[in-house]
Amino acid sequence: MKVGLFVPCYIDQFYPQIAVATLQLLEKHGCEVGFPLNQSCCGQPMANSGCESDSKATAKLFVENFKEFDYIVGAAPSCVGFVQEHYDIIPQTEEVKHVREKIYDITEFLLDILKIEKIDAKFPYKVGLHQSCHAQRGMRMAQSSEINGPAFSKQRQILEMVEGLQFIELDRTDECCGFGGTFCVSEDAVSAKMGKDRVADHERNGAEVITGGDVSCLMHLEGVIRRQNKNIKMVHLVEILNNTSPTP
Amino acid sequence: MNHAQAATQFIKDEARTDWHDKALWFVRYKRDIQTKKVPEWEQLRELASQIKANVLSELDSYLIQFEENALKNGVHVHWAKDAHEHNDIILNILKAKGVRKMVKSKSMLTEECHLNPYLIQNGIDVIDTDLGERIIQLRDETPSHIVLPAIHLKKEDVGETFYKYLGSEKGASDPKYLTEVARGHLREQFLTADAALTGVNFAVAETGGFVVCTNEGNADLGAHLAPIHIASMGMEKLIPRQSDLGVFLRLLARNATGQPITTYSSHFLKPNNGQEMHIVIVDNGRSEQLGREDFRKSLYCIRCGACMNTCPVYRRSGGHSYSYTVPGPIGSILSPGIDLKKHSSMPFASTLCGSCTDVCPVKIDIHHQLYKWRQIIAKEGDFPLSKKIMMKVMGFMLSHPKFYRFAGKMARTALPIMPRFMLYNNLNAWGKEREIPQAPKQSFREWYLKNRE
Ligand code: SF4
Repeated sequence: MKVGLFVPCYIDQFYPQIAVATLQLLEKHGCEVGFPLNQSCCGQPMANSGCESDSKATAKLFVENFKEFDYIVGAAPSCVGFVQEHYDIIPQTEEVKHVREKIYDITEFLLDILKIEKIDAKFPYKVGLHQSCHAQRGMRMAQSSEINGPAFSKQRQILEMVEGLQFIELDRTDECCGFGGTFCVSEDAVSAKMGKDRVADHERNGAEVITGGDVSCLMHLEGVIRRQNKNIKMVHLVEILNNTSPTP
Repeated sequence: MNHAQAATQFIKDEARTDWHDKALWFVRYKRDIQTKKVPEWEQLRELASQIKANVLSELDSYLIQFEENALKNGVHVHWAKDAHEHNDIILNILKAKGVRKMVKSKSMLTEECHLNPYLIQNGIDVIDTDLGERIIQLRDETPSHIVLPAIHLKKEDVGETFYKYLGSEKGASDPKYLTEVARGHLREQFLTADAALTGVNFAVAETGGFVVCTNEGNADLGAHLAPIHIASMGMEKLIPRQSDLGVFLRLLARNATGQPITTYSSHFLKPNNGQEMHIVIVDNGRSEQLGREDFRKSLYCIRCGACMNTCPVYRRSGGHSYSYTVPGPIGSILSPGIDLKKHSSMPFASTLCGSCTDVCPVKIDIHHQLYKWRQIIAKEGDFPLSKKIMMKVMGFMLSHPKFYRFAGKMARTALPIMPRFMLYNNLNAWGKEREIPQAPKQSFREWYLKNRE
């Protein structure tokens, strides 16, 4: 199975260790992984700001980079979801359709395609899970608290396979962190306030580590934590899943 | 002031922002408890959504059916194409009967049409009788929420208002005492009014009747005491059958305030002996919205207010930070259709988290509509040129990997902080309360080339 590794721009530039963990994780589970060197981004930032047409060239480039792979996997539900949901802005060729259909976030890929049932990882910490809105309400990787239905969370399900990891429960299980793309600067007061409130919820409930699947949310929350000098670590979910030593 | 500026003002008082956020979150919490007690909740939502879809697809015939039945019941029916006509019709009804004072209950539509100032200008005294509405009327404010119009005020604020306008004790903040003061004051208004106006929650096409849901009972009191009852309704308020109420009444109060049902669901069918009953059916931009395929569903709204209670942005910015009468998520998809330029900042007052869509009892795809309005506003609305250019630059950079890599590398090695373009060229706004990510020496691509190729 040939898997194309999609590394969103934030990860590439700021959190390369997340991409390394994703790559190693896929290889550990038997995938033949390729990394198209000419990739940049999915195009979401412009589109969410109302400038969908400025995303078209980036979307075409994305398809060009990934059309040859059986699957495309990224550690970023938000970006993956954008490709799935919004690549109708470019003509629907067979290649575009293929990419939209075969792109997966790492959690869903491991659980639903590779069907893994155990994972060799240790993480002896109290962890708060920040389920990003795109993972939860966009891709339906978890039940949202507004809906009346059975509770489930794929990210939680996979993290439960990790030895030693202890979940803390939040007062507000799935409130948005306030990043929101350009919202984070165009509405900076509300955005920062939401970030502070989210961090406070994790702190109040004893989190040593906050994890999640979307690096943009984590980057935003980390910005708050560092400014407030809080003793909480920000670790992406794939880093936990790839962690075999007893310390991160 | 656009939404971001108004929100910045609001948040300056952080303790009050926290209080506002918690007060509304508590309503959402009560809503969750109630809705989760109904096993068929999701089916009810689906059914309600389908009924509304049906109503809108045949709105013309339902409206005619409703009018015919209402006329048979002895009710006067009026049609208003916009706010001005609505106000005029009401003024004429009141003038013809020599009305001097009118009591009002439960009507966001009259807020939308700015009826109060119009009538007052024309010499008619209008008294809002619902407690929240009355408080803000005394303070000369607008509602900050469609169900809880005075939610932005603390009980101390109310005490002060009553002290100033109704002569209650200074410094009083006991809700029970304040309610008594209001009750005494309002009783007198009810007894001396010669007309009553109410809103309409649901109008039933097959009977010509309508239902008003309240907790205080003021709609009944007003409508039964005064010789004239006028009901103002948006033309999307129709439901086909009486039995459909079984769906909507179960959804409305649970989703709005976490009550199993509102204290009063008042059914009006025909005037009492010696009374007059009028219904004013208002368009005011609704048929235009109906014609916009992407935004049609916004007319499903039953005004439960849950999208406001759940919205993390609304809770932290308050209803008055929005430029339209209806604030929050639903207001943000209705308002651009009314005045695109004036309300251009509203669809951007959201992270697109989607909580509004999931909480909506009639399944309006609110956050998708926000996204779609953004596309239109970037082209035709009031959209900052700097942002437009920024997006073009980003679009160029991200579709030309060499430039993207160059910009990234420059910033990381020189500063070393995040390349500006990745925070939308606005490091200042980011940096007020958040640290800028520290950049690693090498990007993943560089690592890959070194270690894997
Ligand atoms: S849009 Fe939906 S949630 Fe919001 S007020 Fe209307 S019915 Fe309620």
